[in-house]
Amino acid sequence: MMLRGTVVIDKEMCKGCDLCIDACPPRVLVMTTHETNSRGYRYPLLLDGCTACKACSQICPDFVFQVYKYDTPLELDA
Amino acid sequence: MSTPTLLEGSEAIADAMIAAGCRFFAGYPMTPFTEVLEQMARKLPEVGGVCMNAESELEAVGMAWGAAATGTPAATGSTGQGLSLMQESLAEITLARLPLVVLNMARAQGDYFQATRGGGHGDYRHIVLAPVDVREAVDLTQRAFHLASTWRNPVLVFGDYYLAHTARSVSVTPLDFGPEPDTSWALDGSTGGSGQAKLVSPLGSYKQRDHVGYDLADHYASCAVATAEMTAGVEPLAECGFVDDAEVVVVAFGTPAAYVRAAVRELRAEGARVGFVRPITLYPFPSDAVAAAAEGARAVVVYENNQGQMIDDVRLAVLGRAPVEFIGGLSLDSSGFGIAPDLDVSVMRSRIEGVLAS
Amino acid sequence: MKRRVVEGLEVIATDEPPTEPARLVDDFTPTLIDVGEHHLCPGCGEPVAMRSVLEVIEELDVVKRTIGVFGIGCYTAFSNNLDIEVLQALHGRAPSLATGVKRAKPDTVVLTIQGDGDMVNEGLQEVIHAAARGERITCIMLNNGVFGETGGHLTATTVLGQRTKNTLDGRDAHEHGHPIRLSNLLAELDGAAFVARGAVNNAGNVAKTKRMITRAFETQLAGAGFSFVEILTMCPTGWFIETQEAPDYLADKLARVHSVGVLKAP
Repeated sequence: MMLRGTVVIDKEMCKGCDLCIDACPPRVLVMTTHETNSRGYRYPLLLDGCTACKACSQICPDFVFQVYKYDTPLELDA
Repeated sequence: MSTPTLLEGSEAIADAMIAAGCRFFAGYPMTPFTEVLEQMARKLPEVGGVCMNAESELEAVGMAWGAAATGTPAATGSTGQGLSLMQESLAEITLARLPLVVLNMARAQGDYFQATRGGGHGDYRHIVLAPVDVREAVDLTQRAFHLASTWRNPVLVFGDYYLAHTARSVSVTPLDFGPEPDTSWALDGSTGGSGQAKLVSPLGSYKQRDHVGYDLADHYASCAVATAEMTAGVEPLAECGFVDDAEVVVVAFGTPAAYVRAAVRELRAEGARVGFVRPITLYPFPSDAVAAAAEGARAVVVYENNQGQMIDDVRLAVLGRAPVEFIGGLSLDSSGFGIAPDLDVSVMRSRIEGVLAS
Repeated sequence: MKRRVVEGLEVIATDEPPTEPARLVDDFTPTLIDVGEHHLCPGCGEPVAMRSVLEVIEELDVVKRTIGVFGIGCYTAFSNNLDIEVLQALHGRAPSLATGVKRAKPDTVVLTIQGDGDMVNEGLQEVIHAAARGERITCIMLNNGVFGETGGHLTATTVLGQRTKNTLDGRDAHEHGHPIRLSNLLAELDGAAFVARGAVNNAGNVAKTKRMITRAFETQLAGAGFSFVEILTMCPTGWFIETQEAPDYLADKLARVHSVGVLKAP
């Protein structure tokens, strides 16, 4: 799989609203189930397949995401 | 503009506003304010200003608020009922520390409380100026703009129907009040992106990044300080006549005071020991002048065209030095606009004579 | 690129920027918001809408000419937190203040940020008059169908059947009347040059709405008349639902009545 992008997640800013999960077109974000940040909110984790489309950063009400696009897509082992 | 011209009060006030630098006006027609709006609609564009025919008094004061926030000398007005509609905004404009001139072309004098106590919510004060005639209105209207920008506070000019519709020969000469006060607080967009973008708000001007955010307790406390400084810093004005040895002192404001003054002069000429005090600033009230006049008097009487409002401030100023009596009352023709049958020197005379005789 | 294991799941480490060469395409907090942390509810659509508006102001390069006039609602939290000049108005009164600003300083770019309670309840006459006059301002309404800040009560835009704090059995036409579709009303006015309704319930709508906002500002810059963008925002708290359900609730309940699209363009 080619990895086109990645995100930095500021988990302390997250309020666990889950909007990013459904917003992500390749569906590579999942919420923690019991891990929480210091405020008690669950937060998102990133799986393989980010395309740097910015859906997450644009939909997030709490400015949790930084989105990066790799200059050259990364080759991932299957 | 400096040759004497026969002008109706409304027009003279409009000219005075423009001479003072007013470049934004918004209003809604209502008797007897309408002609001021008409005049500003005609004259302001001629000097590059903007006059808005607002769809309501509420929108008029809102537009004036917006213009004032850009540092543009702005004014609005109405009659008492229209000002009633503006009260929330006037209270908040004061909290936002904005200069604004507000005209009340009143019907009679029942808006004294509205003007001096403020009809809005919370603690705030407006400077209130009450001209006796068209010539003084030309002066005081210009002074209003100067006071408003000096103290960053609304200033109310208390006129009336009689003032609006009386024609006098006046010269509208721009008055020089010295250097312009600082307007670095005003908005024009230019501090955007600087990290120090300006904010004009009735909630205060602290920004979130200063780790303070809005702090209303702090803001209201600093507004109270500013109000106290303004009250102490504005010289209370009054016209006093024959008060040094007066037995009876008559207190009156606005256009009816001209009739009181004339009656007092007549009675003086006949030997009666009567004097008058005419407050010109209704806020700050010229308490010292009233108190001094009351010293040694056997009665202080108040004429006003209402059920008794300024008399409260007179009583406070007199503070027991002499009894205070009311010789005023609501005097209207059937229109209710304040064309008072009382505006008659002989009527005032007989009221004062009644007190002198008792 | 590093991996780590969280809750037994192998995930990509996301607490540091990538070490491989990469370009930052979207940053945390928009440049024109001073402090990113706010106390609006989880899942609130208003910060999403604010982000789009501020990004447009930056992209159009009008930061040094813009004055934002704020109404009163949850979004007022942003009024002292922006790196553009702001004038704070009273509930409903932003359009008249914005009119005064723009008429006094025609070279500025003036926008209002108001909620549905602010604009369609308290201030309905102000926005209608500003639109009719063709004021060259851009009014933006964040519409979530409730008075959010005071606890979630019905407004003039609440849809029939919508449960709110004071319509717990759902808004009833006979009892509470019908919602006002403000964008549709404004589009009827000749002074309104650009009228559009967007939403922020999914990334696609966010992008479409951002284009509407851009067109609205361009309308103002061209001096073509009044421009208006209504933005449907999620309010899971006011709607008594889970945050994850809010985007669908917006689509199924609000957007069926207040339909998304450009209603009028110059």
